Formats: sequence, C-alpha cells, structure tokens
Amino acid sequence: MSAAPDHDENHPHDLAHHFDTHRQQFDAGKLGMWIFLVTEILLFSGLFCAYVIYRANHPEIFIYAHQFLDKNLGALNTAVLIFSSLTMAWAVRAAQLEQKRALVRLLSITLACGFVFLGVKAVEYHHKWHDGLLWASQYNPKHHDSAEHNEAGHGAESDGEGLHGEEPKNVGLFFSIYFMMTGLHAVHVIAGMGAIAWVLNRARKGHFNRRYFGPVDFVGLYWHLVDLIWIYLFPLLYLIH
Amino acid sequence: MTTEAATASSHDDHEIAHVMPLPVLFGVFATLMVLTFLTVAATWVNLGWFNLPIAMAIATVKATLVALYFMHLRYDAPFNGLAFLTALVFVALFILVTLLDTIAYKPSVDAYRDANSVSAPQ
Repeated sequence: MSAAPDHDENHPHDLAHHFDTHRQQFDAGKLGMWIFLVTEILLFSGLFCAYVIYRANHPEIFIYAHQFLDKNLGALNTAVLIFSSLTMAWAVRAAQLEQKRALVRLLSITLACGFVFLGVKAVEYHHKWHDGLLWASQYNPKHHDSAEHNEAGHGAESDGEGLHGEEPKNVGLFFSIYFMMTGLHAVHVIAGMGAIAWVLNRARKGHFNRRYFGPVDFVGLYWHLVDLIWIYLFPLLYLIH
Repeated sequence: MTTEAATASSHDDHEIAHVMPLPVLFGVFATLMVLTFLTVAATWVNLGWFNLPIAMAIATVKATLVALYFMHLRYDAPFNGLAFLTALVFVALFILVTLLDTIAYKPSVDAYRDANSVSAPQ
C-alpha cells in the first residue's frame, strides 16, 4: 500500500503496480480490511460467549458485582468513543475532498479522544486495584466506605439490594470477565491509536488525495469497530439490572 | 494500458467511494448520543428481565447506525456487508450452541453440587 516501484513513469506513485485503477486498489484494500474486521469480531466473540454462559448460570454474581462499576465513567467513555467515531468518519470525508488541514485536525482530535478514553479507563482500573476488585484468584475486596461509593456511583445504584446486599459466592468471576473484555478492548484502542498516529503523520506529509485515501478509510473502519464493540460492552458490564 | 487505466481513473474521481454528507454524519452522531442517554435512563426503571432485551436492542440500533453510516456499509459494495453479517451469524451460532450445552448440563451439575456441597468452580 505504500510507495509503488517507480520504474513506470506513467503509473501514478500512489497506485501499487499490481492495480489498474485507484478504484480497484481502494476496493481491494477495503475488502481486505473487512475480512480482518471479521476475524476481530470472532476474536471478541469468545469473550462474549464466556460472558453469556457465566451470566446465564450465575446471574446473581453479575447483579451484585456490577454495582462496583461507575456508570458515569462508563457513559463518559461511551460518549468519548462515539464522538471520536464522528471525527474519524469526518476525517475520511476530509481526505476524500483533499481538505488537508481539516484532515490533520480531525485525526488529531480522534487521537486525543483515544487518550481521554484510556485515561478514564486507567482511573477505573486504579480504583478497582485499590479496592481489591480483581479477577477470580485475586478478588479480595476491601471493606467499603459507602459514603465514598455513593459519591462515585450516584443515587441510582444505592437503591434496591445495594452494596449491602448479601454477597454471592465467586464474585471474582465477574471481574475476570470484566478485565478480559475491557482489557482486550483497551489493547485494540491502543492499536487503533497507533494506526491513527501513522495515518496522521502521512496526512501531514500530504500523501492523500481524492484518488488515494484508502489508509484513512481503513484505519477508520478499524476505529469504528472498536467503538462498535464498546457499544455492547457498556450496557453488558455497567448497566446490569 | 496502464496509462489508459490511470487516465480513466482520474475521470471517475467521485466514484472511488461515496462521500458522506456532513448533515448525515452529525445526525448519526446526535442519534447515537440520544440512544446512549436512553440506555442509561432505561436502568432507572425496573422492568425485571425485560431490562436486558431493551439494553441489547438499543445497542443493536446504535451498532447498526455505526456500521451503515460511519463504516459506509450502506453505500459500499454489498460483499463487505455480507462478510460482516456472516461473521455475526457465526457469533450467534457459537454463543447459542454453547448456551444450549451449558443449559443441558445444568441439572446434573446442580445435583452434584448439592450432593457434595461445593460451590461453583472458579
């Protein structure tokens, strides 16, 4: 996809030598990206399957444990990712229309959103680490200061069974699943940010034009998939009722 | 031949891919934000088992919007969408068959647990 051999002067430098047209090059790249996204979906489906099986067998664990997650931070991160998807889709449009300055700006915003997402995630992980809310073998919750939690979790969580409800056995199961799902997702966010940084650098060098913007489009597809998976993770982990 | 093709491609500039109009992008974004609020708001109401299907339905509407507009599937070669849907079919198959399996074994697992008073495995 990068520089094509220059031995044919009539062949555009941004058209790989084995393609006849930019359109053919774009369509082939896009299909390749979609096939890759399919494998990503199947990768995540293993974790979704684990989630479904454990939730079906031990619903009480999920109902109890989700109270330790902060809905507000989850919703904030959902909004950040959706906004970054907007700027990414807008960046693809800017690349197609050869709006170089807008493209660089929009990619930078998207990248910044990735940092915000990871920052919020780090705050959440730190809080869980501090409270001993870890995966199965390491699950060792410290006694809860309810005032502190109400502040973090807002009123909606303090009604019903609440944190003072009877703790079911094996609550660590929930955190095993939580850390695997959000952890794998975070790894994808980091990979996506790396890809965006690469495309941003190329955009600054002016590599893209109305016939050659494939890399922006394909990185965008990957970023949207990461958003799409979070759209399911958020209600499944944070909004259990 | 290559020259001809390259020249031809510069004539069909706008046909390489559909350019998403800005109002559509903003409209999809606004809808996604409203749906995110709705899915949070839905947890304020206790609907029993029905909360989960509602949350999943809203998530699926959001995912569909992202796939159709942000990911351009609506304007794309249908084959890309077909690849995507095929993956989802296999995910559904994977999860459903595994679920059937665990449901089928549940009575004997429970009976064993009761008889030996062990808790669920970690």
